[in-house]
Amino acid sequence: MAQDRFQAPDYYLLDELLTDEHKLIRDTVRAWVKKEVSPIIEEACQKCEFPKHLVKGLAEIGAFGPYIPVEYGGGGLDQISYGLIMQELERGDSGLRSTASVQSSLVMYPIYTYGSEEQRKKYLPKLASGEWLGCFGLTEPDHGSNPNGMVTNIKDKGDHYVLNGAKMWISNAPFAQIAVVWAKDEEGVIRGLIVERGMKGFTTPETHGKWSLRASATGELVFDNVQVPKENLLPNVKGLKGPLGCLNSARFGISWGAIGAAMDCYDSALRYSKERKQFGRPIGGFQLQQKKLAEMITEITKAQLLTWRLGVLKNENRATPAQISMAKRNNVNMALEIAREARQIHGGMGITGEYPIMRHMMNLESVITYEGTHDIHLLITGMDVTGENAFS
Amino acid sequence: MKILVCISNVPDTTTKINFSADNKDLVTAGIQYIINPYDEIALTRALELTEASGGTVTVLNVGDPSTDPTIRKALAIGATDAVRINAAPRDAYFVAKQIASHAATGNYDLILTGRESIDYNGSQVAAMVGELLNIPSVSICKSLTVDGTNATLEREIEGGKEVITAPLPLVVSATEGMAEPRIPNMRGIMSARTKPLNVIEPVAVPQLTAIAGYDKPQSRSQVNLVDADKVDDLVNLLHTKAKVI
Repeated sequence: MAQDRFQAPDYYLLDELLTDEHKLIRDTVRAWVKKEVSPIIEEACQKCEFPKHLVKGLAEIGAFGPYIPVEYGGGGLDQISYGLIMQELERGDSGLRSTASVQSSLVMYPIYTYGSEEQRKKYLPKLASGEWLGCFGLTEPDHGSNPNGMVTNIKDKGDHYVLNGAKMWISNAPFAQIAVVWAKDEEGVIRGLIVERGMKGFTTPETHGKWSLRASATGELVFDNVQVPKENLLPNVKGLKGPLGCLNSARFGISWGAIGAAMDCYDSALRYSKERKQFGRPIGGFQLQQKKLAEMITEITKAQLLTWRLGVLKNENRATPAQISMAKRNNVNMALEIAREARQIHGGMGITGEYPIMRHMMNLESVITYEGTHDIHLLITGMDVTGENAFS
Repeated sequence: MKILVCISNVPDTTTKINFSADNKDLVTAGIQYIINPYDEIALTRALELTEASGGTVTVLNVGDPSTDPTIRKALAIGATDAVRINAAPRDAYFVAKQIASHAATGNYDLILTGRESIDYNGSQVAAMVGELLNIPSVSICKSLTVDGTNATLEREIEGGKEVITAPLPLVVSATEGMAEPRIPNMRGIMSARTKPLNVIEPVAVPQLTAIAGYDKPQSRSQVNLVDADKVDDLVNLLHTKAKVI
């Protein structure tokens, strides 16, 4: 990829809504992405390789569990800080942000929120430091948008549980040391368990042939009579609200992350439109290109305001799941539309790895589907405003 | 070792510069400020030296409260504590007098600055501080090592390299090559919250210079390309348009 000349758009001077510490954290992650991610990410995607060497750096900049309390190795930061970190990571690549999202919101969050004190002390510091990576097992081959239909199950065998079933589309699965897995008990109640690599009968085959999130490892979790010690059960939650609580946190981060991808596409398209000349002048001077650029910055600005407000509400524990759904749905779709328009502004160059556009666009095709599809989030909003369930 | 690193708060390198209607002030709205990049090199080298052999690194800035975020970043990168001299940095002499006044009582072994600030590019402060404190100063160094009470410095000169030794205490201004600036980590950002940032009032300094006005560089004129085989056209243009012959 060409040199990273990214300049973040801030059309409504939204920096003034952030604290000095927010800006320091954001600028730190931005500088780290420019230095460590941008030079290597295109090749990693082309080769479909997860850049494992970045895990230590991700931990050092605080990308793993930024809102987890300091005593457990987290950053003790607020939700806007978490969002800004996700924004800057996804500005680099959605795959990288996915790794951090999963670690923070889908592994550390449930252990902190639903786990015992022993579980917190055992797992959280190692996850925060990047010594261990984790993954999250909810989606199954036949149960995506309807997780309540899951068939993965546990049976109580006295001093341990026996776990059977399979999960798929699991980020970080191929190399994760632990998995937070959701399974039904003998009464059909969904429970969370921490499954560790090395437990007999637990395998994590990698998913190959992806055209999206190519710099992030995806796999399956297969449980064949895995004996899980009873102390690995998350004691403080029962039912679907457990995994949905995790998804709320992750979706919040995604709503910020998508802005990062959109900003990168817009910034590249804006610069290209000023440098690329046709008919004797820069293409940015033509109305059709200006329409695209003007609409992009309008949508980015709206999304920035949306997430900032959502961050304030989340800091006050007032953000509802439906509000988070709206932000995730709106912002990811916004980013995908901007990536497509930016691709057109770049002309043929937009399909090459010289520019980040095509990579972002392909990544966002996953992001618009995972953690609640675009359609499902619409139904969540629909149910929230009408009180009528249209899911089934 | 006790090191003082002087940092300036400067507009980001990508800033679009605009001046007020009377051309007397920089329009600061929307500008993002950073640690002067050369000062960041000096700060990083100071941290390397104290990490290797112990000591403290104090960062000093002459500025109003708006520069505190830049100082906090220096603390996040690893400085021990900070001093802000509460005054707008009027000119190089004013800044040098403030630094010298603080350093005179600080018992510092080394005083480091960047080779110049990237806003006004005066490149005068380090030498002035040395003179005001009556200690050696060496400017635009690309390498700095300390052995006991002596420092060895390398400077790039026309056609080669100059190696200088000087006793401590010493003022050194840094340029590229002395160290690779660091990105702060989360631990650093969190610890910066509680590190001391001491605000002190400036000493009185006579105003020796005043800004009469600013102007942007004139935009480049259009280039006329003349075919190599049309020398007559070239001569005609030089005569009638450029009026140089």
